[in-house]
Amino acid sequence: MTNLRVGPVVLERRVEPSRRALVLTRVAAVLLALLVGVVVFWAAGLSAVDGYRTMWTGAFGGGNAFAETLVATVPLIFTGLAVALAGRMLLWNIGAEGQFYMGAVFASALALWFPDWPRPLLLTAMVLAGAAGGALWALGPGLLRAKFAVNEIITTLMLNYVAILYVDYLVHGSWKDPGSLGFPLSKPFSANATLPAFFGTRLHLGFLLAVVAAVALWLVLRGTKWGYEIRLIGESQGAARYGGMPVVRNVVLVMMVSGAMAGIAGMTEVSGIVHRIQPTISPGYGYTGIIVATLGGFSPLGVLLTAFLFGALQVGGYTLQTVGVTRSVVGVLQGAILFIALGAEFLARYRVRWQPATRTVRPEPAAAAVGTPPAPENLEGTP
Amino acid sequence: MGQPVVELRGIVKRFPGVLANDRVDLEIHPGEVHALLGENGAGKTTLMRVLAGLFRPDEGTIALDGRPVAFRSPRQAIDAGIGMVHQHFRLVESLTVAENVLLGWHAPRFWLSKRAGAHQVEELARTYHLPVPAGARIWQLSVGEQQRVEILKAVYRRARVLILDEPTAVLTPQEAADLFGIVRSMAQAGAAVVFITHKLDEVMAVADRITVLRRGRVVGTAMPSRTDARSLARLMVGRDVERDTTPLATQPGEPVLRLEAVSARNDRGLPALREVSLVVRAGQVFGIAGVAGNGQRELEEVVTGLRKPSGGHVLVGDRDLTGASARAVIDAGVGHIPEDRLGSGLIPNMTCAENAILRAYRHPPVGRGPFIDWAEAERLTSEMFTAFDVRAVSPDSRVRLLSGGNLQRLLLAREMAERPRLVVAVHPTRGLDIAATEAVRGALRAHQEAGVGILLISEDLEELLALSDPIGVLYEGRLAGVLPLDRCSVETLGLLMAGAGAEREIS
Repeated sequence: MTNLRVGPVVLERRVEPSRRALVLTRVAAVLLALLVGVVVFWAAGLSAVDGYRTMWTGAFGGGNAFAETLVATVPLIFTGLAVALAGRMLLWNIGAEGQFYMGAVFASALALWFPDWPRPLLLTAMVLAGAAGGALWALGPGLLRAKFAVNEIITTLMLNYVAILYVDYLVHGSWKDPGSLGFPLSKPFSANATLPAFFGTRLHLGFLLAVVAAVALWLVLRGTKWGYEIRLIGESQGAARYGGMPVVRNVVLVMMVSGAMAGIAGMTEVSGIVHRIQPTISPGYGYTGIIVATLGGFSPLGVLLTAFLFGALQVGGYTLQTVGVTRSVVGVLQGAILFIALGAEFLARYRVRWQPATRTVRPEPAAAAVGTPPAPENLEGTP
Repeated sequence: MGQPVVELRGIVKRFPGVLANDRVDLEIHPGEVHALLGENGAGKTTLMRVLAGLFRPDEGTIALDGRPVAFRSPRQAIDAGIGMVHQHFRLVESLTVAENVLLGWHAPRFWLSKRAGAHQVEELARTYHLPVPAGARIWQLSVGEQQRVEILKAVYRRARVLILDEPTAVLTPQEAADLFGIVRSMAQAGAAVVFITHKLDEVMAVADRITVLRRGRVVGTAMPSRTDARSLARLMVGRDVERDTTPLATQPGEPVLRLEAVSARNDRGLPALREVSLVVRAGQVFGIAGVAGNGQRELEEVVTGLRKPSGGHVLVGDRDLTGASARAVIDAGVGHIPEDRLGSGLIPNMTCAENAILRAYRHPPVGRGPFIDWAEAERLTSEMFTAFDVRAVSPDSRVRLLSGGNLQRLLLAREMAERPRLVVAVHPTRGLDIAATEAVRGALRAHQEAGVGILLISEDLEELLALSDPIGVLYEGRLAGVLPLDRCSVETLGLLMAGAGAEREIS
């Protein structure tokens, strides 16, 4: 328990940061980041009021805008869950982006090969295929990690490039739509291969799927034996082995379920939004998922909330372009939120006190001045 | 006595919710070994960290050679000649001994000549009789050697006051004896040595003067020549301590653990356990003595399923569990109190309830189908709290907030909750204060009477003699002798531990 002193401010380590304090600091971090945004807008030559109003209108101004925000939330929920689940076992899945692409590839394969299957069957099969694609892409890193302690951060990250380039290869080659005028796109999916959308907007069934996945994962972590094992292995491998838990199997399994989550995101994107496969299906959902999971405290319900926030930022960012501001502003905002949140979390672990420095040393002997402690018992001569 | 080298007056140190030091006065004289005695949490370490500049006192004064000082950083304390060897060493594992000693000191200022440095360190090690290989890297050294590096570091920085925080907690009896020698010779050379401990025998063996702390206050001072362990214990705990050594009425029953010529290799693949055979019966405490590193860890792990034996058979009851998984061993009714409580026995960041169900979560009533019944888990945890007297915590408080004694009580409660047939206990009272030690021993004894077989692996001969019958000694992986209690004494066991029984056949 170390206390830090910065001038007259003393930071006193809390024994246990309260849950409320942690949530409050995250909210404060978001607000503070929006303040940073003021500077960014100013630098971009726009008043912050106009900037934020534009973003707000873009994200929440009317039914369609709100639907777009939810649409952007869907893949972020899945990738956020992917990172959060692995994070619970202290595994860093930086490969949600690649797993997203592989999920999209697997789902697209079914959509392109069997366009005439009945819709419920085809869509279910595509979800499963997407999950399988993502899971397989995470299997390698999972096995390497579990068996040989190979750093999963590196392996998952590297596989991202492989997956993205593989999609490139497909749409430039055998999956290229002959009628695409040379653009690297696949043929559009059949109607049976597209997720149903609602309210005349682009809001699709994937949203429901994402929310269900988050709640299910929350229940699994909280209430099941497997969830208990995952949390315990994450906290202490020594204790897990001591308790007879299958550590290796669970590392592989968790990486696969994590990959499956990201894979389903790839499926819902191609089937619900893009309706074909092409190289630009993700603006970095897998990486944003890392921020979403971290800010969400690696809890499925936290992910649900932060994914929504980041979805809104993203959609708001698109509308910024209509008033001539680059949407990189959004990237700056996202980065600022994470940066400030991590800093604030540090502060949440301390109690801040105002305490000007006192001279530790006084010239006069203090013992005589203070109330005397109970007289030390003299042991000498005790039988 | 002349001028004290260190004078602490009215030191008060508060932590959130805790008064760690309450108006403590302490004088340390040159050339003396000053023992700071007290239970876990009595404030010994805090007080010395104040002296070493790691904490700033909230009130009170520090004087060195009669002049008041106020350390603003540990660096200033080091410069003033105060060296502290922490319980957990502050060494860079991947650097050499010489590099660790020279690291962070004024000289050499910028360029570190490895050869000159190593030479200098070797010289110093010779002068102070601290044999360490100057060129070796820290991770290659034994714990005892690492401690000598820490002391060397302090000596190199010209420490006049050397503070040792629980220095023997990690040492074997032999290493501890060596340390006592070092400490004595340093004191003779004029240094003041502060020896933080809660072990009475150490205090009596090494100290010139004793200050006893209880709950942050000085409750007494004494000379070892004019007091005895009993009065010190009373002072430290605040009441009389009775050692229960009455023999048990119960007779050992059926064998619960049988090892038949079991061999095992250590982590480096070398033979560590050689054809060990033994039988632990129901209602019996089978003690295993030995200097650390003679196969104790491998024995523990082979029995609990954490290590596959390279030969022989392990039978629990009449089931052959040779090479079985840890889970199978748990299911066969084996409890395990490991040496490393917070590293493997308990999970510090999880709640008491989450820790308490580590064994029970797989079966009803806690585990139901794929789910865990958390209400049931909490009920079970409360039951454990009551049965083992875990105080002042709730099932959902985190384990890392528990005191050492409560930690071990919780661990015992969990391992004993499912009425095990066999319990493997390793150093079950190491690092515990007197009250907690008594509680742990009482629990082991109660379960022994209830018919549990216990394999007790310990380096504490006193503890082995108080609890077990028979006692076997592990030496270089072999069971050097198994003696009934009435033929055991510290001397015979000590001889066997030193390898004297290897030729003589003792049965």
